[in-house]
Amino acid sequence: MSAASEKKIDALIVDDEELARQVLRELLQVHPEIQVVAECANGFEAVKAVVAHKPALMFLDVQMPKLSGFDVLELIEEDVAVIFVTAYDQYAMKAFEVHAVDYLLKPIGRERFEAALERAKKRIGEKMQPVQELVTAARPPQQYLERLVVRDGTRVTLIPAAKLDYVEAQDDYVALATQGAKHLKQQTIASVEAGLDPARFVRIHRSYIVNFERVVRIEPYGKDSRLAILADGTRLPVSRTGYARLKSLLDDRA
Amino acid sequence: MPTLLTRRSYQGAYLAAWLLLGSLLVFLVKVSGGIGTLEATVLLVPMAVLFAAACLSAWYTCRATPLRTSGMTRIFATHLLAAFVLSFAWSQIGRLYARALASSPTFSGLDVRYDAHSATIVISGVLLYLLNVGFFYVLIAIEASRAAEARVLETSVLARDAELKALKAQVNPHFLFNSLNSISALTSSDPAKAREMCILLAEFLRMTLGLGEKASIPLSEELSLVRRFLAIEKVRFGARLQMTEEVSEECKTMLIPPLLLQPLIENAVTHGIANLPDGGSVRLAAHSENGRLSILVENTFDAEATPGHRNGMGLANVRQRLEARYQKLASMRVAPNATLFQVNLSLPAEPREEQS
Repeated sequence: MSAASEKKIDALIVDDEELARQVLRELLQVHPEIQVVAECANGFEAVKAVVAHKPALMFLDVQMPKLSGFDVLELIEEDVAVIFVTAYDQYAMKAFEVHAVDYLLKPIGRERFEAALERAKKRIGEKMQPVQELVTAARPPQQYLERLVVRDGTRVTLIPAAKLDYVEAQDDYVALATQGAKHLKQQTIASVEAGLDPARFVRIHRSYIVNFERVVRIEPYGKDSRLAILADGTRLPVSRTGYARLKSLLDDRA
Repeated sequence: MPTLLTRRSYQGAYLAAWLLLGSLLVFLVKVSGGIGTLEATVLLVPMAVLFAAACLSAWYTCRATPLRTSGMTRIFATHLLAAFVLSFAWSQIGRLYARALASSPTFSGLDVRYDAHSATIVISGVLLYLLNVGFFYVLIAIEASRAAEARVLETSVLARDAELKALKAQVNPHFLFNSLNSISALTSSDPAKAREMCILLAEFLRMTLGLGEKASIPLSEELSLVRRFLAIEKVRFGARLQMTEEVSEECKTMLIPPLLLQPLIENAVTHGIANLPDGGSVRLAAHSENGRLSILVENTFDAEATPGHRNGMGLANVRQRLEARYQKLASMRVAPNATLFQVNLSLPAEPREEQS
């Protein structure tokens, strides 16, 4: 057999339930080519383990405390083949189907597991699809993000949407401004905007989304443009369309 | 007869209206001259009562020619024809009556005087009949709108009943699939435990299905359901899930609506404990005082990781059911602080009735 001489595939098992991890371990026993390098009981551990071990394959539970499987995927930049594991989540399952990520439903059967593993092996080394679309599709309709996740090295920060002051586009990144600090994240401003509640956040400029609650006043600035002054004194540019959006939101609230 | 007129009070009103119309008729005939007040009264008031009864027949003609679906011509033709026929017949009966009265010396010659007024009487009859037709159309409209209101009310009551029933019998699919996954894991590592869990799950499902049918159950029965639920979740969460129960023996015999606490405990686990990487505890306490039963469900939780609306469904369900059953007599208070999520229920203490 040539399999033995092949390089082993490093894999990560992420699930908050010990018994669920045990099932995956057992299913992997007949696959000596897969080496489980770490088991994680939550998303924070998973992010750390991905940075530390750079696994090629990851079994990722969707429902976990604080950081969900989607959050974890959103936070890692490494190319890793992901097999999602979930008990029941109608929206998530639809998203998996549409975006062709492998997924397994609990309880996990041997046959389905083998098929998913085969597909994942083929995909190892390929560039991962942008995860944003999957995350957006997996969100139940009419539900907006309650919080955003950012990572700095292995440190993960959760920013509740209510504490987000504004978002600024910076090349391939966005800066999330909250309580005087800025967190960089690799994401487009349009996809951030799509996740935020339009009744609370307004795109005031090509490069800015502002938390409506933070705006204290609007000042004219030059010809055809304005400045939004936030509660902490921050001044953000407001474009003409941005001003129209602000006004219509103001009218809706009045 | 119109359904509304089956009520005695309405019958009285109908008759009173006709007596008034009768008096008006007396006045008209008297004004047109030739007939004395006494004569006119003795002649026309009984005639008015007779016509009142005859006009009830208009109800059926009105029903047979509904305003909305029948053509204008048909409506007018039907009612005018009926009005003339009935009024003419009525005036002929009146003539016979006048003739009978004329045989007495007091009213001698009344028949001749009556004939002089017969045209007025026929036309009055036609107008009175048509007035009646209008009145009946109004009654029909009122009845239709009342029936529609009743239907709306009935359907909303039915809908709420169905909703409550559905909510009661709901088993969270997450819970079910996760439990099956745990059993599947245990089959190889700990077959005895797997069997135990199968039995726990079967008992839980059987109780959930059975309890939903009942109107009320002793708190002890709800507790044994909740204990099974927690035992199953304990297998999944291990040390992450701690629980305490403080329920007095007296409270255990008191009656509560079935599956009232289960959704609260489930909330405590799925939105509280499951969101804490290091786990937490669920506390269930009940005591009774001054004829009231107070129940507290408390769990540790992470205020930031648990957005309020996700808790909503289970809590709203419990609140709705309390309201439907006790109206203002029961209350539910939800009090989240930084680390603890508390739900306080207060309901009338219903001791279990002695079974014979």
